[in-house]
Amino acid sequence: MEVRDDLRYSDDHEWLRLEDDVGVVGVTAYAADQLGDIVFIELPGVGSPLAAGQAFGVVESVKAVSDLLAPVAGEVIEVNGALVERPELVNADPYGQGWMVKLRLQGGESGEVLMDAEAYRQLTRAG
Amino acid sequence: MPYGPHTTEDRARMLEVLGLETIAPLFADIPTSVRANGLDLPGPEPELELAARLERLAARNRVDLANFLGAGVYRHFLPPAVDQMISRGEFYTAYTPYQPEISQGTLQTIYEFQSLLAELTGLDVVSASHYDGAAATAEAALMAIRATRRERVLASRAIHRHYLETTRTYFSPAGLVLEELPTLEDGRTDLAALERALGVGPPVAAVLAGQPNAFGILEPMGEIGRLAHAAGALFVAVIEPVSLAVLAPPGEYGADIAAGEGQPLGIAPQYGGPYLGILAATDALVRQIPGRLVGKTTDLDGRRAFVMTLRAREQDIRRERAASNICTNQALCALAATVYLATLGPHGLRDVAAGGAARARDLEHALAEAGAPRIHGGAYLNEFAVAVPDAERVHAALVDRGVLAGLPLARWYPDDARLRDGLLVCATEVTTADEIARFADALRVEVGTTATMAEAVR
Amino acid sequence: MSAPRIEMQTGPDLGPRTAVGPMLQPTLMELSRPGRGGGKIPHPPPGALDAIPAEHRRAMPAALPELNEPEVIRHFVNLSHLNYSIDSGFYPLGSCTMKFNPKINEWVARLFGFAKLHPLAPDAAAQGSLEMLWELERLLIEISGMVAVTLQPAAGAHGELTGILMVRAYHESRGDEERREVIVPDSSHGTNPATASMAGFTTITVPSDARGGVELDALRGALSPRTAAVMLTNPSTLGLFEDRIVELLDAVHAAGALAYMDGANLNAVLGKFRPGAAGFDVMHFNVHKTFSTPHGGGGPGAGPVGVGEKLAPFLPSPRVLREADGRFRLEAPGERPTSIGRVRAYQGSTGVLLRAYAYICSHGGSGLVEVSEDAVLAANYLKSELAGAYEIPFDRPCKHEFVATARGLKEASGVRTLDVAKRLIDKGFHPPTIYFPLIVEECLLIEPTETESIETLDAFAEAMTAIAREALEDPEVVKGAPHTAPVRRLDEAKAARQPDLRWRAMTGAETPCPQ
Repeated sequence: MEVRDDLRYSDDHEWLRLEDDVGVVGVTAYAADQLGDIVFIELPGVGSPLAAGQAFGVVESVKAVSDLLAPVAGEVIEVNGALVERPELVNADPYGQGWMVKLRLQGGESGEVLMDAEAYRQLTRAG
Repeated sequence: MPYGPHTTEDRARMLEVLGLETIAPLFADIPTSVRANGLDLPGPEPELELAARLERLAARNRVDLANFLGAGVYRHFLPPAVDQMISRGEFYTAYTPYQPEISQGTLQTIYEFQSLLAELTGLDVVSASHYDGAAATAEAALMAIRATRRERVLASRAIHRHYLETTRTYFSPAGLVLEELPTLEDGRTDLAALERALGVGPPVAAVLAGQPNAFGILEPMGEIGRLAHAAGALFVAVIEPVSLAVLAPPGEYGADIAAGEGQPLGIAPQYGGPYLGILAATDALVRQIPGRLVGKTTDLDGRRAFVMTLRAREQDIRRERAASNICTNQALCALAATVYLATLGPHGLRDVAAGGAARARDLEHALAEAGAPRIHGGAYLNEFAVAVPDAERVHAALVDRGVLAGLPLARWYPDDARLRDGLLVCATEVTTADEIARFADALRVEVGTTATMAEAVR
Repeated sequence: MSAPRIEMQTGPDLGPRTAVGPMLQPTLMELSRPGRGGGKIPHPPPGALDAIPAEHRRAMPAALPELNEPEVIRHFVNLSHLNYSIDSGFYPLGSCTMKFNPKINEWVARLFGFAKLHPLAPDAAAQGSLEMLWELERLLIEISGMVAVTLQPAAGAHGELTGILMVRAYHESRGDEERREVIVPDSSHGTNPATASMAGFTTITVPSDARGGVELDALRGALSPRTAAVMLTNPSTLGLFEDRIVELLDAVHAAGALAYMDGANLNAVLGKFRPGAAGFDVMHFNVHKTFSTPHGGGGPGAGPVGVGEKLAPFLPSPRVLREADGRFRLEAPGERPTSIGRVRAYQGSTGVLLRAYAYICSHGGSGLVEVSEDAVLAANYLKSELAGAYEIPFDRPCKHEFVATARGLKEASGVRTLDVAKRLIDKGFHPPTIYFPLIVEECLLIEPTETESIETLDAFAEAMTAIAREALEDPEVVKGAPHTAPVRRLDEAKAARQPDLRWRAMTGAETPCPQ
């Protein structure tokens, strides 16, 4: 399963891409594969403040349901509305068109506590 | 054991394979301190004796009475096709269709049920069924609470008493509020009171009203819906499905959710069930609706096929976060309703509804002449309340005269002086002129007796 | 009245409508032709609806399909052929107890005196049904060792809700308002935590130990003054009896909590273990599992609840009472103010309960004990027959069902449990429950029940063994299964992404209703 070197990863299988003080969040290819065909995604409203580890949405596949947990703290500034109509984008392109929310990071938040690609590769191999 | 296949040799062979001499070691994991030694029950009753005894027991129920009792459960003509179809072992001895490849029969009939009820209600999403009208009403209210994230529900007091009591039970642990709205002299829900209630207090999740309501009266549903929506609340219509052949469907007058009892669609009264909880909603609420849903899809070869869908809402996947704990539903009752509707068709169902309305007018006139006028002035379809002096006593006396004179309303509204002497009566397409005459004659005698007694006392 | 025009749909090619062997069928809506049907109900006199104001009337008739009775019968008969059922074959669906449904039960429920009785009929007119209900309560009390039973709940999950609401009422009646948690093992049915949530409780999940039982220390650690109840399934969903049940129940009660038993697996222990006598405070029965009421393709069921002394005051109303003179009556509204209230309309799914009553009476006490003995014997026999081809994770005698896993098979061949299940369809069997309980990987939960012959058990074991062999020799055949069912595997993702939950072509009727 693809793990991208330019991203940080949570142990709950969300990825984070930093663009200045904005963090883009999605779920990893590994998570999408484990869930199977994703059929529904519930995302938060713009403006919602999130603590690190707080549930910000729900992803449903045909046979499983899972909370989405914020990898870092921040305020939701944009959600990927395309996923409402086309949740399958998460399976098809988890790191691209399958992104879920953009967060304005709280001061000092840098995602440093998250895993790098190598550590995440280790985690998914072990799991 | 009457249905066990094992011979002594079979059991011996199985034990031998297990290296056992007796069955006892297989139960040795039950600690002796809590191990039971059999059951203190009578011995097996052979089918012949059981059948004879239950026939005698059944005969002790009085189903010979001329029956004017409705109050949520209505007797209708049951086309024999319905029972023949639901008696097919392929349908009634199947489990929930978890393996769609070998369950297309059940799955397609549920899809057809959803489609037919969607037509009747004018709402697009129909659950595969709930336990009964009461559970469906409670689930509808909870659904509105989830959808609006509000915790207060207003319900007309003229909704089936049991449905409101059940909703109250479902509400109690979460601290949700159910407020009852008064009714007017004509039997309709008091719109001014509704408007006032919507204007003060915490925001309202849903307004519930019955069509026809628990007095049989037709409510101004469009108005109620408009008031509810203006306050940001959802509008829940508690419906009776046969009436929808002739009455405006909930989808047309703006209801967001319809809940009701499907028993009138081909299901026998059976002293309480099993029945058919109907729950329908607009497309916008598809993810909030609890219970199973069947959808159309294709198989690997592109053939049309049906499957349970949106399953991630349900308890076996979502566990403590599920919208409802419902698992078993009333699939066979939904099949009965589907066969019933297919057998009668649109014209037949309209004849059932209109026939009941016609008989009810005959009943109204006959009872009025016998001294029991209607209590409410509002329009009704096939059920209405009449005033009878000393209603409870008269009701009991009429049973002795072979008439089941509806429901004494004092049982449901003990604090309402107007309804204390009310009987809620109904007629359907099976009600005969002879039965109506029996009722009126018996009533004349009983009410006449009351009057004479009163005169004597005076 | 002229009907809405319904265009014939040119749907997918379903093949011939009748043939030897199952064929897919058009929907009722596709079969409809304007003008067909009728003649069942006399036409009402003209003007029957004149008293109904126009604002309440339906403007457009409901576009229901129009068919004649022969078409209707053929439609449903042909659809029925697409179903697998107990009447047609072996249905070893673990946790569901798919035993034979005796035909006399169906006959009894259809006796006019029972079927036609209105649920609000006065007690004087309902003595036959009331007596049956009262007696059934007594039978279930003896079977469960509880002190009282309510027959009202409409299904097992509904019984769970009823039971847990009583638990809540009990603690509240004692001013013990802090108890807001319900503990369930990780092997529990999904209904347990869902019920706890509906009743306003938080769910705490405790792990199972290596022997498949509840981890006693974890349970002790989770118990606290916040615990309202512990919900246990015994035998567990792994088909194993909690052999430390005495310690478990002691721990629960020592913490001031109540013990709830999910009775889904009662079929294993009739006359062997009486939950109430052992110390459980409340349990539900699944009559469609233990007492052979038919499952109906998803329901209806009934979920009576038994309670001990502590919860008896809180039973839902109305209860069935026997008067001193031997007559029966229903409790009056408000007669017992401690009741949690109503959980449904009327007094219960009497038609389902009658079937359970007939089943219990036809077996008698000795017959019910035999039911459990034969169910347990059959499960252990089948388990030993499968032990070569599949891994059996818990090596101890099972009760009425057991868990096997295709874990090894998956590693060796890529064939998953789902594939094994689908391949069983080709071999003529209904698959077992799969992927439940959640704690065993690639799990198959197999429950043969007591009504299957040794020949059937052997044939099933042979089929399972053959599939394990096929998985290694020709895995694609197994992965592509089923090959002989009416349809192949379905596109469930499509069904969920673009839900099509109703026939659309029927909307937009063109002809207004005659006024």
